Amino acid sequence: MKRILSLVLTLVFSLLLFTGCHGAKRRDAFVIPEEFDTSREYEISFWAKSDTNVTQTRIYEKAIRDFEALYPNIKVNLKIYTDYGRIYNDVITNIPTATTPNVCITYPDHIATYMTGDNTVVPLDALFANEKYGLGGSALRFDSPTLDEMIPKFLEECRIGDEHYAMPYMRSTEACYVNKTYVEKLGFELPEVLTWDFVFEVAEAAMEKDENGNFKVNGQKTMIPFIYKSTDNMMIQMLAQKDAGYSTDDGEILIFNDTTEALLSEIAIHAGTGAFSTFKISSYPANFLNAGQCIFAVDSTAGATWMGTDAPLSDIAEDKLVEFETAVRMIPQFDTENPEMISQGPSVCIFNKEDPQEVLAAWLFAQYLLTDDVQIAYSQTEGYVPVTSKAQNSDTYRDYLSRAGEDDELYYSVKLDATELLIENTENTFVTPVFNGSASLRNAAGQMVENVTKSMRRKETVDDAYFEKLYADITALYRLDGLSAMADGKAELGELPAMSKALIGTLVAIWLLIGIFVGADALKKCKKRSI
Amino acid sequence: MKRFFALAMAALLVLACFGCTQKDDINKKSEGVMTYAEYAAAELESAVVIEAYVQAKQGWWENKATLYTQDADGAYFIYELPCTEEEYNKMTVGTKMKISGYKAEWAGEVEIIDATWEILEGNYIAEATDVTALLGTEDLIKKQNMFVSFKGMTLEASKDAEGNDVPFLYKWDGSGQDGDDLYFNVSVNGATYTFTVESYLCGKGTDVYNAVKALEIGDKIDMEGFLYWYEGVNPHITSVTAAK
Repeated sequence: MKRILSLVLTLVFSLLLFTGCHGAKRRDAFVIPEEFDTSREYEISFWAKSDTNVTQTRIYEKAIRDFEALYPNIKVNLKIYTDYGRIYNDVITNIPTATTPNVCITYPDHIATYMTGDNTVVPLDALFANEKYGLGGSALRFDSPTLDEMIPKFLEECRIGDEHYAMPYMRSTEACYVNKTYVEKLGFELPEVLTWDFVFEVAEAAMEKDENGNFKVNGQKTMIPFIYKSTDNMMIQMLAQKDAGYSTDDGEILIFNDTTEALLSEIAIHAGTGAFSTFKISSYPANFLNAGQCIFAVDSTAGATWMGTDAPLSDIAEDKLVEFETAVRMIPQFDTENPEMISQGPSVCIFNKEDPQEVLAAWLFAQYLLTDDVQIAYSQTEGYVPVTSKAQNSDTYRDYLSRAGEDDELYYSVKLDATELLIENTENTFVTPVFNGSASLRNAAGQMVENVTKSMRRKETVDDAYFEKLYADITALYRLDGLSAMADGKAELGELPAMSKALIGTLVAIWLLIGIFVGADALKKCKKRSI
Repeated sequence: MKRFFALAMAALLVLACFGCTQKDDINKKSEGVMTYAEYAAAELESAVVIEAYVQAKQGWWENKATLYTQDADGAYFIYELPCTEEEYNKMTVGTKMKISGYKAEWAGEVEIIDATWEILEGNYIAEATDVTALLGTEDLIKKQNMFVSFKGMTLEASKDAEGNDVPFLYKWDGSGQDGDDLYFNVSVNGATYTFTVESYLCGKGTDVYNAVKALEIGDKIDMEGFLYWYEGVNPHITSVTAAK
């Protein structure tokens, strides 16, 4: 009997061992330590995004130096990326091996995917509210904003479900940078709020050529009057302005609707004439704008330092630059009385680690990024807006805003106009729902604009049959049908794999054997007693 | 002597034939495939079909590969070619490929996008074409994307964010770190050009990456690389040596 028992126990332990090995190691939820242990040394990694802007890199480096001076036992290792997609990809790759960074600049869409890991991302609400180490905490060695001093709209964007899993770092929106000189040369008056109709009308007017094949408005062989940098945003904002479907909060896909088709059909017309193109197809809107080859360049307010004849940053040769007056407007609208525009910009999340003290060290650094010095300095590098009212209302920042146009560097007027645009329209901004897969839906939205634009440039027919195929292709490419099924709670998981069946069968057999053993043993004891 | 002469002539003939055969093979195009001249004349946004040989690989990312390819007459930059990583690994330098896609232009760089592909029998690695004399001329663009060399150029100073003279920058403005693209200025005949070591093509630890990091202002150097374009000529350098 002992042999049977040892066999059963061996089987049980073996199975436990195998199931323990399978899959990623579980990580306990983060619990805030009572005290930050300053007697220990910590080394934390910070993955950041820079807009290929040396000043931004220097600000990160200075922030790290200043923080390390306050907390000499914390060393921060900076890794700079120029692309959110690369950060996302690297984080995803590092989750299974538990080698994620401690602090990471990212987008809430991406965090929703990171959260599919087990306690991978640290929920921040308890940290925000912690009396000692939270926002405005008593034990902090720096002047941190309080929770009330976070801009509520921006903070809310970092809520996923019931918790905040990120905090905003900087905010921007999109702006339309306009060659006002050419608009007027074409006989139009630039309105304060652009409509899509106006932009397309002017763009078509700019396509007229002279007898030599040059565009009349600029006298050049090249003219793409309307170029959009982020076509994801273009489609998302058009749909929002039309109050049309995109997705529900829990991830049901609504984007394939009649309004989408109507919008794509309109875009197709202007792509076909060459009046509209995109960054992915043609290159940076700023390069065309500054060369006098574009009239309406839509890009982030965080790209303002590249826009205009006097822009401090430029990628084109000086002899290609054209003199013109640059006007900054909100993106085109369908309803000028109720404008809507995207809110975007980097947020910060913290990854969980085995050592809660290390996580606390990471939180302290992340929170340091919200201090006035960092917020104001970084926001001044581009058309970014600080995410705290503490920084926005500071004398230093108010003075900065008041000096637009004093020079073409720090006070570059186009950059400051773009910044003011977001400050004045913060309440008109929106974000799209965040769920596991929302990043894919965002890509899909842009890809439809790209595909239609390319197809028209290639003289393909864009009709009902085209849209039917486009929707099917995009659904398959971005696996959107899977997302909808998950949102419905109707995901068809299919039959259990053979290995799972075998495992369950073995477990049942073991329990049966245990039962037989216990029963037989009890029977034996009964017999012994009765003898 | 006559026998020796005849033998030598025969050997030369065989070598010549071999040489012709090789050239013919490189030039030979399957039915429906464009010559380089036809490709060069094709309108932007039109469908193109070419056969060329992989000369270098810029990288593989999200199931897409970016390749420098070339035939005997010209070069083709293949952007974001859909393929798995396993397929990408088969596209070794010299591999002959048939590419069907669309001719496009991005910031001056002419490329083939949205393409399908197949690997064919054949192998060819191009010799670098010296284009030093073409720098600053309108003819340079005719060599776009080719494997080229530059001889006897002088390393000029770049300015870092603090305004200091430095031999190279990490990223175009110095905002990068070790491992990022290297940008450096080189001059010849009184004109200065910006060249790049593209980190996806030749990253940290490669000979060329280390060689550029070791350069000093004023060094005379020879270089090889691919004649990439971004708002003007912007070669992607793959080799740097002291000028001969």
